[in-house]
Amino acid sequence: MNPTAYAWLILAFPLAGSIVLALGWRIWPGRAAGWIGTGTIALSFLATIGALLQVLDHPVEERQFTDTLYSYASVAGLKIDVNVLVDPLSIYMCLVITGISTMIHLYSIGYMTTDRGFTRFFSYLNFFVFSMLLLILAGNLILLVVGWAFVGYASYALISFWYRRGTATKAGMKAFVINVFGDVGLILAAFFIFRELGTFDLLDIFSGARDSFTTNQSVAVTICLLLLVGAFAKSAQLPLHTWLPDAMEGPTPVSSLIHAATMVTAGVYLIARFFPLFELAPTAADIAAFTGLATAFVAATIALVVTDLKRIIAYSTMSQIGYMVIGVSIGAYSAGLFHLMTHAFFKALLFMAAGSVIGAMANRQNIDKMGGFRRAMPFTCVTLIIGALSLAAFPGTAGFFSKDEILVFAAERGGMYWIFTVGGYIVAFMTAIYAFRIGFRVAYGEAVEEAKELEGGHLHHAEPANPATGELEDTDVGFPGPEHNIAERSWPMRIAMSVLAFGALFAGWIQVPGIDDVVHNFLEGSFYSSSLYNLEIPNSAAYLGMIVGGTLSTLGILVAYWLYLVRPGTTAALQRRLRGLHGFLEHKWYFDELIDLLVVRPALATGRFANNVFERYVVQGIVVGVTDVVRGAGAVVRGAQSGFLRSYALLMVTGFAALGLYFLLQAS
Amino acid sequence: MDTSWYLVLSALLFAVGFSGVLLRRSPLVILLCVELMLNAGNLALLAMSRSLGDQDGQVFALIVMVIAACEVVVGLGLIVAAYRRRMPLNVDDFRSLRG
Amino acid sequence: MKEVAFFAGAIGALGGAIAVIGLRNPFYSVLALIVHLVSLAGLFLLLQAEFIAAAQIVVYAGAVMVLYVFVAAYVGNVDEPLWEPIPGQRFLAPLLGVALFTEIGIAIVGSGLKAIDSEGPTVKLGFGSPEQIGKLLLERFLVAFEAASLLLLIAAVGAVVLAVRREDENAGESAG
Repeated sequence: MNPTAYAWLILAFPLAGSIVLALGWRIWPGRAAGWIGTGTIALSFLATIGALLQVLDHPVEERQFTDTLYSYASVAGLKIDVNVLVDPLSIYMCLVITGISTMIHLYSIGYMTTDRGFTRFFSYLNFFVFSMLLLILAGNLILLVVGWAFVGYASYALISFWYRRGTATKAGMKAFVINVFGDVGLILAAFFIFRELGTFDLLDIFSGARDSFTTNQSVAVTICLLLLVGAFAKSAQLPLHTWLPDAMEGPTPVSSLIHAATMVTAGVYLIARFFPLFELAPTAADIAAFTGLATAFVAATIALVVTDLKRIIAYSTMSQIGYMVIGVSIGAYSAGLFHLMTHAFFKALLFMAAGSVIGAMANRQNIDKMGGFRRAMPFTCVTLIIGALSLAAFPGTAGFFSKDEILVFAAERGGMYWIFTVGGYIVAFMTAIYAFRIGFRVAYGEAVEEAKELEGGHLHHAEPANPATGELEDTDVGFPGPEHNIAERSWPMRIAMSVLAFGALFAGWIQVPGIDDVVHNFLEGSFYSSSLYNLEIPNSAAYLGMIVGGTLSTLGILVAYWLYLVRPGTTAALQRRLRGLHGFLEHKWYFDELIDLLVVRPALATGRFANNVFERYVVQGIVVGVTDVVRGAGAVVRGAQSGFLRSYALLMVTGFAALGLYFLLQAS
Repeated sequence: MDTSWYLVLSALLFAVGFSGVLLRRSPLVILLCVELMLNAGNLALLAMSRSLGDQDGQVFALIVMVIAACEVVVGLGLIVAAYRRRMPLNVDDFRSLRG
Repeated sequence: MKEVAFFAGAIGALGGAIAVIGLRNPFYSVLALIVHLVSLAGLFLLLQAEFIAAAQIVVYAGAVMVLYVFVAAYVGNVDEPLWEPIPGQRFLAPLLGVALFTEIGIAIVGSGLKAIDSEGPTVKLGFGSPEQIGKLLLERFLVAFEAASLLLLIAAVGAVVLAVRREDENAGESAG
């Protein structure tokens, strides 16, 4: 079979799974829905492997295949087909997505086992994977936008999964609105592309762009900037990032899948996919890179101070995606995408471990209330530490190799790009600190009550409550289930976490500088036309980068060790000393307040104006004014109907006289 | 006398008649004024009949007289019936057409 | 001679008409109308309409007016209040009368009809005589004659129906 046939299969399995689960949600017994959902994604993964093997059979320059299912629209110069593009980049992304998704589905079977919305969860999850794969495999821009929009919807559905919670539904709406804002940018970019190049087909766009645009031509820059609006909304970069921390209202598998490994990487994919346009508009690429750096920095600073466990990991995601955005913007495509893969492993793992800990804490997420779980939950703590090590880019872990590659590439491009190297290393240092803030706080230190309870074999129970606001809840449909699940007691969770831990430790070995270059060579099939892809990085520079990175990472871990284990009161003292800075960071650099001021309040004021002034005076005035005029005229006319017969006779005769006068005048 | 004199007299009598209809409130007097108008019309008919030398106008006037008689009979019957039922004999009191 | 007769009749008719609309007491109005009708009969004679004049006196001034006299006596004096409820009626009605008379007058005089400028052709003997009228009624205008008789019958029946005394007459029913 040729690769595109596999592509249709890759798309078909999750879609079929979602529909089947949705239509038969009442009839699936027990946990069958979970296994069906996991099975479809696993089949999708196997299909991806099939496509991979097929593609590898061809020489490097000929690894891009398209296939059309049917022609959707062919009218007035528009030609939109339902077609797929299979090339190394899309296969790479599909591998990551289907592989990680299979593990997360498996984890969810254990985690969501007592939730009353179990089947609905897996239907949504399958639909999400389908949309993401559609986005990746789309062969033309319109289909990509369709996948993009579906992913936004799936994210909304899953964030508001526990829909009875007010905070969850608000978070879902916030995510969706910001995503739609990005969608607008993307669609405007599509319009511009169509106007300039006359086609929506991706390969045609890329070849056409090289012929039509000169470097930094304003329309090319505009298109790229609009693409960036879409990418930043989806990938939670500044300033469209405010939805991601709130999205932690969704169940932990959702955070793990969507907001760590897949959906938020859609923006990175978009920039990488559209690399011909970005290479023709370096201004836009540079703007993207600086935004990525700014996001990485801001997010790392916030992650140092917030206290909700899932939100720390969310800000960490934002920061790491900043790295990836830097990578694909400055031309380090393989490095950026490699970091995407390793990040998927260790971030998903971190979320899974966090889910297990939150289960032990009876659904409470405040890190200040956690501690010393290592005896009670050994497996969870080991995986948590592995994830933290990889996040901190400890030498030897996967994160180590991928992150440093980006920074070394930046240094190699020279000139202005040194900013990214220096900034990147600073952020890496902060990353190590907060990674082990999580690690040491949760696993080490004095055991809290819940840990001691668990050591005694009893899982802590508490009144079901909203972890953000503390208000008490029910455990019916629309709320989390009554039971809490931890990895030690659930074998699907353990298997999933083990696989990811293995990846987080050893996935980096496929791209060690000087030894092997698997990702880089594989992706060459997509990026062979790039001018920056094959920038030679001398091994010496790579090794120097690795040494600097490793040192910073170890230093960071030691700082965290000192802050949280040796002198536990230090952070409290720092908070008191630097109250202003702490407050600023804890309020997330006041971005939410800024957006509220700039966007939300004017919108609400416009609405109030429309309601109070425009509606009441203009619209009502016109409508009621017309009826009042009619009524008034009627009242005036009604005055003639007095009921007096003589008055009527008088009016009749007056009419006669007037008629007579008229005829007399006529005749004269 | 020229026919036009008779016609002008007829117009004058007619105008007087309908002024009476508009001004008086007793139904009896209103009927009398209607008689005035009818007779004015008769006068005009007869004047033209004489002027044209045709007797058809005279027959017409006769029939008008018959009509007038019928109308008087019914009208007076109404007045008597209203008087018997103690209804006020004032045209202004019948205001149910008021809108 | 004819002019004198005409003016006498005209003044009588006009005076009677003005008296009808002007007198307070309806009984006096009825009497004024009788005067008016008799004057008109005189005018009819001037117009060579002998039969009609006779019918006017016998039928109109005789029978119809007697009916009026009876009802006026029966109903008695109706007090018409002096105050006029309809604003402007007292002023507009005479005005309209004048306006309408003016219009019709202009229409008559300025109409350009040659026929009305003269007295009319010399009519043969028997014009307007009962014999001639009767012939016309029974020959040319038979349908009108019969219809008029039918109408009289209906009116008579109607009058009886209106005036018959019913058992369940309720007293003091006022109108609208």
